[in-house]
Amino acid sequence: MKAKTFTRALLCAIGALALGGIASAQSTLRIGLAEDPDVLDPTLARTFVGRIVFAGLCDKLFDLDEKLNIVPQLATGFQWSPDNKALTIKLRSGVTFHDGEKFDAAAVKFNIERHKTLAGSNRRGELAPITTVDVVDDSTVRLNLSAPFSPLLAMLTDRSGMMVSPKAAQAAGANFGAKPVCSGPFRFVERVAQDRIVLERYPNYWNKAEIHFDKVVYQPIVDSTVRLANLKSGQLDFIERVGTSDVAALKTDNRFRLQKIVELGYQGITINVGKSDFAQKNPLGRDPRVREAFELSLDREGIVNVAMDGEGLPGNQWVPPTSQFYAKNVPIPKRDVARAKALLKEAGVPNPSFTLMTPTTSDAQKVAQVVQAMAKEAGFDVKIQATEFATSLNLADKGEFDAYVLAWSGRADPDGNLQSFHACKQPLNYAGYCLPEVDDLINKSRTAVDPAARTKLFEQIAAHVAKDRPIVYLYHRNWLWAYTAKMSGLRMVPDGMVRLQGLKFQ
Amino acid sequence: MLRFLLQRLATIIPTLLFVSMLIYGLQQLLPGDPALVLAGEERDPNVVAYLHAKLHLDEPLPVRYLYWLNGVLHGDLGESLRIQKSVLELIEEKLPVTLQLAVMAMIIALVIGVPAGILSAVKKDTVWDYAANLVALWGLSTPNFWLGIMLILLISVNLGWLPASGFVSPFEDLSANLKAMIMPAFVLGNAIAAVLMRHTRSAMLQVLNADYVRTARAKGLEERVVVLKHALRNALIPIVTLGALEFGTLFSGAVLTEQVFSIPGFGKLIVDAVFNRDYAVVQGVVLFTATAYVGLNLLADLAYFLINPRMRG
Amino acid sequence: MKLAEPFAEQGARVQADAAPADRRPWRRALRKLWRRRGAMVGLAFVIFFVLLAVLAPWLSPQDPLATSWSAVRKGPSAAHWFGTDEIGRDVLSRVIWGARASLLAGLVSVGISLVIGVPLGLFAGYVGRWPDALISRMTDAMLACPFLILAIALAAFLGPSLTNAMVAIGVAATPVFIRLTRAQVLSVKVEDYVEAARAVGNSHLRIALRHVLPNVLPPVIVQGTLAIAAAVIAEASLSFLGLGQQPPAPSWGSMLNTAKNYVENAPWMAIWPGMSIFLLVLSFNLLGDGLRDALDPRQL
Repeated sequence: MKAKTFTRALLCAIGALALGGIASAQSTLRIGLAEDPDVLDPTLARTFVGRIVFAGLCDKLFDLDEKLNIVPQLATGFQWSPDNKALTIKLRSGVTFHDGEKFDAAAVKFNIERHKTLAGSNRRGELAPITTVDVVDDSTVRLNLSAPFSPLLAMLTDRSGMMVSPKAAQAAGANFGAKPVCSGPFRFVERVAQDRIVLERYPNYWNKAEIHFDKVVYQPIVDSTVRLANLKSGQLDFIERVGTSDVAALKTDNRFRLQKIVELGYQGITINVGKSDFAQKNPLGRDPRVREAFELSLDREGIVNVAMDGEGLPGNQWVPPTSQFYAKNVPIPKRDVARAKALLKEAGVPNPSFTLMTPTTSDAQKVAQVVQAMAKEAGFDVKIQATEFATSLNLADKGEFDAYVLAWSGRADPDGNLQSFHACKQPLNYAGYCLPEVDDLINKSRTAVDPAARTKLFEQIAAHVAKDRPIVYLYHRNWLWAYTAKMSGLRMVPDGMVRLQGLKFQ
Repeated sequence: MLRFLLQRLATIIPTLLFVSMLIYGLQQLLPGDPALVLAGEERDPNVVAYLHAKLHLDEPLPVRYLYWLNGVLHGDLGESLRIQKSVLELIEEKLPVTLQLAVMAMIIALVIGVPAGILSAVKKDTVWDYAANLVALWGLSTPNFWLGIMLILLISVNLGWLPASGFVSPFEDLSANLKAMIMPAFVLGNAIAAVLMRHTRSAMLQVLNADYVRTARAKGLEERVVVLKHALRNALIPIVTLGALEFGTLFSGAVLTEQVFSIPGFGKLIVDAVFNRDYAVVQGVVLFTATAYVGLNLLADLAYFLINPRMRG
Repeated sequence: MKLAEPFAEQGARVQADAAPADRRPWRRALRKLWRRRGAMVGLAFVIFFVLLAVLAPWLSPQDPLATSWSAVRKGPSAAHWFGTDEIGRDVLSRVIWGARASLLAGLVSVGISLVIGVPLGLFAGYVGRWPDALISRMTDAMLACPFLILAIALAAFLGPSLTNAMVAIGVAATPVFIRLTRAQVLSVKVEDYVEAARAVGNSHLRIALRHVLPNVLPPVIVQGTLAIAAAVIAEASLSFLGLGQQPPAPSWGSMLNTAKNYVENAPWMAIWPGMSIFLLVLSFNLLGDGLRDALDPRQL
């Protein structure tokens, strides 16, 4: 009895010493986020900012590299069947979840099925083409599809490809997001809503050589000025989405580094061309010539310069001009006010008036005000209708708007920026655009696996969209990241995620 | 005593019932389908339908209200759909933060307001009096969010003395906690200081003219002793009672202060929830605040009742 | 003597026992007011802002909506005394035009509170019994919710615009006036001259309007003036949260809302609208204080 107590005391002492040793060498990375993430369950998660936290918490089957190539993460390789209706994935061995459970083919099957069946799942749509999942052996899994589906791999680089511990998920049920258990480099410690999310290093991470921090703390700070002030005062090491007006000053401050990369998403103006009878009541929705005149009245370079301090890339398609899937047959039109005026005259409405619904966020409002001023020169009377974001979604969904300033955070595969917006009756098709030819082309682009064939199809779709203008794409923002100069190893991937592998303090 | 208590309780219950209806009605009538907001960027129709069912959105308003009221009466304030956390847990998490802010603001207000009030009463119609009154007017007339921004600009950005925002738990690091809270507490306390200064001034003026103070003076006591020992003690009763009631004002002020300084307290919780249409959170938190307010009022009344024998008649 | 924050309920409680005004109090009050220097300064500033708002089209050096891509966030200069904003508009012109939004917000929202609050309070206080109980409980309920939260919820409910913000502030501030009026009526109702009027056989409506109302008004006017100050701040607060005046139209609150993103590299965008709010609120507070002293016979 006595001996036992003594041993215990000794163990405690050693433990304390060991802990003390770790504590002295402990390093914490503090990241400032622009918003408070939503629920931390990959199946239910809905926000962009939540994905940044997942990058530390949950590994995915595949990942993206700086050039948007799909590279293995929890998978080691894949193979399409000859008819492109089955995807066989080889899995990494020796991977464990944060609760010590083994990651294997059965776990993948569980996760895909959870994504597809959990009540309220946000992944169901993305994974709809998957009919069944076969466990081939412990480290091989096969996804069977109802039809070929080229965006699938890209989906598996995002939340659909995130794997959670089946045991923990079954135990927690719908409350899994309160204490997520994944297999990423860091495991969940605590979350204080609107204040911080704390993760600590997972000692058995399969790729632990790449991890150089003991703790990561994510802090949502909505105001970009305040976020920056926290970086400058040393309370944060890294901030995402730097305010564009602060870029110039940061560049000359050698205590910090600034990195930027063009996003996968876009900022644009959605025009109601058939969502409701609003489309017929307004010349903008009714007459393609008026929409052409509207586009010609805009100077995209000018919009980027004024509204974004130049931190963006003008664009006219759902993917940026830098993308391999950008349709080169549809270049960005130059501003031409004279031609715009002529078109309006031809359409019989020299001074068309429409309402531009604008969420009350500062970016959207700046864009709207610049657009209003530019379009005015061609004769447009643009009325800005500032609407709280929540309300604007509802009005958009019901089609009660003429035009709507709406941004999209973007997906790795161009299909994620295209299908839901331009195919008939899709949930994000607020424009109410519906053309059988376009629908057909989009479906073909989803089943075509060869990138060259897809590019051809995208060119055809782009030709239609550029002519009908259900969305007038304006520009693609730069992801702007600032961090302390003592940090190195940051990888700039256009999806805007902060990958912690390789990051370290010098 | 018991009768008084029962009388007050009889008015409190319908009041709280009205509060619950008001808050519920206002929330649920807000434009914008909460399911659309909560469904995130993709707005998958399946998810929207699921959220509709979960929020009982397809049922008539009174029925939904009864669902909610039933939950509240059983101690269940619902759950935040955005981050999957129960509203009670959120309140537990945020209340200490806002309470700390409020208490610190109150201390600052007392430290500035009471001495200034005494000074201006004792030196009535002198430069001191005018100066104190001007300071009070300044406190009442500055929008506190603007003051917050200006202080961040001056003290954090230009001088680098204090952190610009954020919150550190006092149990983790007390000095960091105080550093983060002192600026917001000042911004919040500065308006209350003005109110307290005015209370103190008028209460002191009344007391200074009272017979017993004159008697004390006539006895040849030093003016300082008269003011601090005799006058202030009696003036303090109304000051403290009214000060306690100012906590309600503090909660209102905390809304914007927390927004400006990114402090994760009640105010920020409610404002974000209104914009995210996280109904359960708004309803739960406002109901909680209102109940606390009504309770505080009851306590103040009781205190008055006990102190003031005339009311017992 | 609790007039500091006009939207708090205790103001009413303390005000209630103010003695009814004597027969011809108005002239005396005006004379007293004239002698209060602070109040006169306040009045002068209020008049200044009213003139600014009314004459904005002639006073403002430039079009407050005219954008200039080549002069974005430029500091104060000879061409732009107060500098330019994030899309190159003249800040001075926007501050001048912004006076309209703030003054309107202050006056209209308090007007709304008065129009709803005074009759309800009069009714509740005069009639008593269950209508009084019902109105009082509803008033209590509204007062129990933090004022700004109520205004935010109402403004979100109505949709972001200046008009809706005014309605939201007006409605949220109403209960104070109901309570003040009601308490005042209760104390006046038992006065001899009211009893006498009743004995002579005057109708209730006549008594309420001819004998009770005039005696209720002085504290309501004081409270109203101070409430304007609070309403101006409330409008700025709502605009700051994006729920008030909407772009491109200027208001001081919405200017601050944008300016907060640039405090570090364009502080002039935040300083001038903030100063203007401060001055306008200060002048209404000064005026209100003066009115209180002039109209309150029990002044110290």
